Amino acid sequence: MNGSKTLLTSYVSQPGEIKTSSGKTLRTDEMIINMGPQHPSTHGVLRLEIVVDGEIIVDVIPHIGYLHRCFEKHAEHMTNYQQVIPYADRMDYVAAMNMEQGYAVAMERMLKIEVPERVEYIRVIMAELQRIASHLVAVGTFGIDAGAFTPFLYAFHDRERILDLFEMTCGARLLYNYVWVGGLSHDLPPQFIDKAKEFCKYYRPRIKEFNDLLTYNEIFVKRTANVGVLPKDVAINYACSGPMLRASGVNWDLRRDDPYSVYDRFEWEPQVGKGEMGTVGDTWDRHIVRMREIEQSVNIIEQALAGIPEGNVQAAIPKRIRPERGEIYARTEAPRGEIGYYIVSDGSTTPFRVKARSPAFVNLSVLPEISRGAMLADLVLIAAGVDIVLGEVDR
Amino acid sequence: MEALENLGVWGSILIAVVWSALPIVFILLYALVTLYAEMKIAAHIQDRLAYMRTGWHGTLQPFADILKLLQKEDTISSAADRKLFRLAPYVVFMGTYGAFSAIPFSSIYIGSNIDLGVFFIVAVSSLVVVGILMGGWASNNKWSIFGAMRSAAQMVSYEIPTALAILIAVMITGSLNLQDVTKFQEGGIHNWVVFGGPLPLTQKLLLIPFTLVTFIILFIASLAEVNRTPFDLPEAESELVQGFNTEYSGMRFAMFYLAEYANMFLVSAVTVALFLGGWTSPFGSFLSGPVWGLFWFIGKCLLLVFLQIWIRWTLPRLRVDQLMYTSWKVLTPFLFVCIFGVGLILVL
Repeated sequence: MNGSKTLLTSYVSQPGEIKTSSGKTLRTDEMIINMGPQHPSTHGVLRLEIVVDGEIIVDVIPHIGYLHRCFEKHAEHMTNYQQVIPYADRMDYVAAMNMEQGYAVAMERMLKIEVPERVEYIRVIMAELQRIASHLVAVGTFGIDAGAFTPFLYAFHDRERILDLFEMTCGARLLYNYVWVGGLSHDLPPQFIDKAKEFCKYYRPRIKEFNDLLTYNEIFVKRTANVGVLPKDVAINYACSGPMLRASGVNWDLRRDDPYSVYDRFEWEPQVGKGEMGTVGDTWDRHIVRMREIEQSVNIIEQALAGIPEGNVQAAIPKRIRPERGEIYARTEAPRGEIGYYIVSDGSTTPFRVKARSPAFVNLSVLPEISRGAMLADLVLIAAGVDIVLGEVDR
Repeated sequence: MEALENLGVWGSILIAVVWSALPIVFILLYALVTLYAEMKIAAHIQDRLAYMRTGWHGTLQPFADILKLLQKEDTISSAADRKLFRLAPYVVFMGTYGAFSAIPFSSIYIGSNIDLGVFFIVAVSSLVVVGILMGGWASNNKWSIFGAMRSAAQMVSYEIPTALAILIAVMITGSLNLQDVTKFQEGGIHNWVVFGGPLPLTQKLLLIPFTLVTFIILFIASLAEVNRTPFDLPEAESELVQGFNTEYSGMRFAMFYLAEYANMFLVSAVTVALFLGGWTSPFGSFLSGPVWGLFWFIGKCLLLVFLQIWIRWTLPRLRVDQLMYTSWKVLTPFLFVCIFGVGLILVL
């Protein structure tokens, strides 16, 4: 908390009175401006009410709910537990695979079933490909918000290839309905493994290219370092998760710390912010953590592709899932952080209650805390660093 | 032309009209070409193709764009100050267009060969900021005011380094008349001011570091003058949603655009005339002459315009305080050192 305050002392706002040379007093006032819900940098329909003193931000009040689609209520009115999955897709539509996987993991723990090993491997491959695709959207739009348009198209060029892989697998490019409770909707197509290997080989050098273009660009570093510093304790107090938390120097990754699937079989490391360009937990750290996570994901994918076993992609589960009376909370690591599903069953074929703990919603709550005292142009970057997807914030 | 002069008063009026209309014809043609070129260059930088359907490689797209803008509804928000709102785009364009009158396109074509040419250009192009401020204020939109205020602060700050850099070129060439400045650099690439001008060898070699630095600073400052990346804060689309021209649509919006493109050429023209030999051929007397002069001048200017486009599609944007920092704490002190150095060398 103190860290951010001391760093930004030069910005501290002082609305009040100014004495002119002729001895008159001029009253200065704060101005309230409205950013969004239609604004290019709010990444969807977020509305920010900003109190500014000149260009300096005194306070930010996020208003959400413009994309509320009643996910939780819809889930209670399905005729089957499997039918919730397409709705889970639509929460974080940039990382639908991870949303599905979270739900599937929760349901499987509730039903106490083991899924075939091949399924776990395919899920890991899909989740990590999706993580790359999602982080590419994050860093690409980050570039746009900083005023550089080209990195965005570089990122989308590569994301396109990942979406092609998804399309090849399940026919959809954005909302897949691929990871089902107890398995997958289809097996991988025969040429998938080769294509995915080809992608990894193609993509590795592109990470460096992107870093040269944007990450280590002098202007970009100047714009993002020491901006929107989120100290460790504040991050933990606000329950931030994902790259947001790790950038603040907390080494916490659910793939390692609350293991699910087969992540323990691969060699990889969670990435934490080190404050190389400024302070630990600044906006640049959030960016570089995402870039490094992309590299780690490529590592995981390559290992998973090499070790993928043969087998069935559907566990033996009944067509109508009827879990015992009870409840479960399971959490997985989505690109934006901890996606948790709390599911209550009353013993019938439909869930009694599904509550999703979505990462961007929680991460967004820290936005006012870290943007006070920054400039208007910084707010855009801070918001981009939080990497919100409104579908998941509003659910 | 002599035949026209024989017609008396009417003839000379006709000549004056034709003479002064030439730049606007040029600006319109140039804007079409640059509009197309910018999109194509941006696309190739970004690994894509841009327009491919309208005409051969999309060459008709600029016309389509202009037609679209002509058809657009011309909206003025109810809270706007209607008079100022209508006036603003023309003030912006007028500032740019006025400055074109002192640009030496060729040894035989210059709108008005006044002795204070450079000074005139610097002064008249300052009108642009009045227009932008006017547009931002009249829109009565908070984002537009942000853009206009940023723009005013930016242009006023960057006029200092621009003026100082111009001063250095004037010190070397000894004239404010752009035709004289250009003639001074005749004889080939080695006589350009950026390479020390046609001075005795020792003096020239001593001058080169200073002139090179000045040239680069003038180019950077000119980017800020025309609100191009990395100094495009007044219209930062990701923060201010186009800033001062948010509320504009249709032809008024197109006017702002036209002025921006014309301004890009204008600052390049000043840089070229002062530092890159204006209309003189880089190969001495080879390929020189009035028509070749036109070719060289426009060619050099377009090269600088290309650089501006290239930078725009590569770099992110600075923040307001960093923008001011660059101007006052980096560019200006460097230029003072350069002025001192150049003065010392010229006196020796």
